Amino acid sequence: MESGKQQPLVQMLGITKSFASVKANRGINFDVFPGEVHTLLGENGAGKSTLMNILNGLYQPDAGSIRVKGAECRFSSPREAIAAGIGMVHQHFMLVPVLTVWENLVMGLPDLKAVLPKREVIRKIGELSGRYGLDVEPEAQVWQLSVGEQQRVEILKMLYRNAEVLVLDEPTSVLTPQEVRRLFDTICQMTAEGHGVVFISHKLDEVMEISDRITILRSGEVVETLPGPMATREMLAEKMVGRKIVFAVDKAVLNPGDTVLEAEGICALNDRGLPAIRNLSLSIRQGEILGIAGIAGNGQKELCEALVGLRPIQFGRVLLRGKDMTGRKPMDFLRAGVSYIPADRKGTGLVGAMNLRENFALKNFWRKPYAKGPFLSWESIAGETGRIVERFGVSAPGLGIPVRNLSGGNQQRLMLGRELSGTPDLIVAMQPTWGLDVGATEFVRDQLLRQRERGAAILLVSEDLEEVLALSDRLAVIHKGEIMGMVEDPRSASEEELGLMMAGIRRETAIEGEKGR
Amino acid sequence: MEILIPILSAAIRSGTPILYATLGEILTEKAGVLNLGLEGLMLLGAFSGFSATMVTGNPWVGLAAAVCVGMAVSALHAFLCVTMGANQVVSGLAITMFGTGMSALLGKAYVGETIRGLGILPVPLLAKVPLLGPVLFNHDPLVYLSYVLVGLTCWFISSTRWGLTLRAVGENPRAVDAAGLSVARLRYAYTMVGGGLAALGGAYLSVVYTQMWVEMMTAGRGWIAVALVIFGIWNPLRAAFGSYLFGGVGALQLRIQAAGTTVPAPLLLMLPYILTIVVLVGISVRKGKGILLGAPASLGQPFHREERD
Ligand SMILES: Nc1ncnc2c1ncn2[C@@H]1O[C@H](COP(=O)(O)OP(=O)(O)OP(=O)(O)O)[C@@H](O)[C@H]1O
Ligand SMILES: [Mg+2]
Repeated sequence: MESGKQQPLVQMLGITKSFASVKANRGINFDVFPGEVHTLLGENGAGKSTLMNILNGLYQPDAGSIRVKGAECRFSSPREAIAAGIGMVHQHFMLVPVLTVWENLVMGLPDLKAVLPKREVIRKIGELSGRYGLDVEPEAQVWQLSVGEQQRVEILKMLYRNAEVLVLDEPTSVLTPQEVRRLFDTICQMTAEGHGVVFISHKLDEVMEISDRITILRSGEVVETLPGPMATREMLAEKMVGRKIVFAVDKAVLNPGDTVLEAEGICALNDRGLPAIRNLSLSIRQGEILGIAGIAGNGQKELCEALVGLRPIQFGRVLLRGKDMTGRKPMDFLRAGVSYIPADRKGTGLVGAMNLRENFALKNFWRKPYAKGPFLSWESIAGETGRIVERFGVSAPGLGIPVRNLSGGNQQRLMLGRELSGTPDLIVAMQPTWGLDVGATEFVRDQLLRQRERGAAILLVSEDLEEVLALSDRLAVIHKGEIMGMVEDPRSASEEELGLMMAGIRRETAIEGEKGR
Repeated sequence: MEILIPILSAAIRSGTPILYATLGEILTEKAGVLNLGLEGLMLLGAFSGFSATMVTGNPWVGLAAAVCVGMAVSALHAFLCVTMGANQVVSGLAITMFGTGMSALLGKAYVGETIRGLGILPVPLLAKVPLLGPVLFNHDPLVYLSYVLVGLTCWFISSTRWGLTLRAVGENPRAVDAAGLSVARLRYAYTMVGGGLAALGGAYLSVVYTQMWVEMMTAGRGWIAVALVIFGIWNPLRAAFGSYLFGGVGALQLRIQAAGTTVPAPLLLMLPYILTIVVLVGISVRKGKGILLGAPASLGQPFHREERD
């Protein structure tokens, strides 16, 4: 991008913002030109979302100014920002689940007709979807949509409002690889039409592929702004974290021990009462990581919950170290040494309104030294929480603040710290590196491997194929609640074969298909 | 058939005050605000409607006064809950206590007085229709207004742009805020509209139904309205059905008493309330089986933009 000749669409100058004792942004300069993708890169809590929330009028800066096409602006609400052509797709979506897609799109439009002009809206949606490759069913209710579809609705919402600058806060962390490709096509289409895009992601490959410029933040300050094509993975990671990052996973060769977990032909229902897991069997031994790959929504969540006692099992049995645990309470699983890292850290994982200590106590209140008879020993709880915060690098102003005030990545670190700090026999981990920066991802993978070396059995569910391939000793592919095939040596598996299984073709057939060609 | 007509007609009349309060609460709750002050608002409405009618001699002025008082007092609820972020249950209970006490105190002087309230006004032609006519169209104007309001509210919520924002703000205020609308302004507006309707329901009791003022004359109807909102799963049509059902059981019970039975009167008086409890339990049981209920997701939760959830 020839930044000198054109006028930037937006320009942020000297932006500073603090939350209580946290300086989230310190004197940040940032701009976006027409037709470019400008990426914000930084560790968890570096202040990326905060900066963009200021641009979007959601937060007020303590100091600094914003210029839109050269004219000084103050946004006291998102409405003013969108009127100036700045739209944002948040890390956590801002949709109303019970409303339909088209209702979500027009909700709050200032020039909307009194009686909702449904046909007209649906026609315009059709036009926009076609132009940018954003297919959605306008009359579907949002809760029925996959995360990828919901994201398309969010983007459509902004385009519908004629946004010239589109901010995408970690848009890819929730998408499957195919959906990421589609999103990138949409982004290219938008920049080709002169829109400016701000892109936030922790996945360096994506960042290098899509960015025209990259700005790196560290602890609320700009480290550097560099042209995208010049960047390399190692260089970005180092600038972001301030030290070198090892990308290769170094995994010790282990001989797996006794069987820890055995599931025999289990069936379970999803939240709507429909079959989600069908006659599924698996087993994991000590010192072994069993990876589960698959496209989101194929029963992964239900499987994990069934294995830790959070979801009733219709048929089949779950055995822990040979002991039948079918139908037992989650507490029994906890006592039997099962750790669970859920994908929705805000729902099942942590309680947002509770502070760090209380969130630690939630899973440990029953055991010594945190429980003294009927009382809690806040001293030892605080002590251990403090150690977790230190060891897992949770950046938080104190142990007494509500966890909802932590950045997404820091919430994840806290939860991981709680689940991985003990000596669990079985760890069920769903998307453990979701939303984490490269440094933290490296750290979490390392922690999982260490638990493996210690002798824990680990079930690793991830939609990040690269991650399961790198970490697993064995790999199963799940589709519609059934296992399509078991790969004994994940490193030798071809992506194509895995892709076929993820699409619902069984292993035997998949291999024959490959041979046939 | 013939003997059903007076019961059904009475069901409509005695269900109407509850219907107004229920409609109001539906609007308030759809916006995400829980107002447990209905009972107090109805009492204040009943008192202010009665006294204003007596002073001016015009029942319409009385009804208008009741609506104004209801809006003013519920604005206080909105201030506490929306602006100050207070606990909505506590604030609502305080409003009920305030309304109960205040109406009793100010109303002392009016006990035993009578007024000329609104009378029956049969709808031309429609009132002549067999069965339907005497049941539905042989009433006072406020009953007809309530029919119109039920239809209007349904249409407003489902088909207008304001209805769309109303549904959205109760489900996900963040989305409304991100769309650039003022969550606070919407919540104030619908809390006040809801309060006004509740007070109108109360005034119906004193200005139209009984045409006198008695301390605590709402007899728990405000609470029934709160329950009927859940019974009606936030749908005005179902709420109307619930209100008339409650009114009908009340009317039936009166008739049984009048016919002379050995069942003690207090037991009969309890009937409508027991019915409400049974229905609510029934709904909760069904809810346990995973049926999606229409409760607005952000009901009862204050909204702060810079606080994360
Ligand atoms: N509403 C808030 N209240 C209090 N503190 C906040 C709030 N929002 C952000 N912070 C703090 O500001 C800092 C920056 O947070 P921000 O969400 O901008 O990080 P981020 O770069 O987006 O991180 P991530 O990659 O984890 O999403 C964090 O330390 C966070 O705890
Ligand atoms: Mg963020």
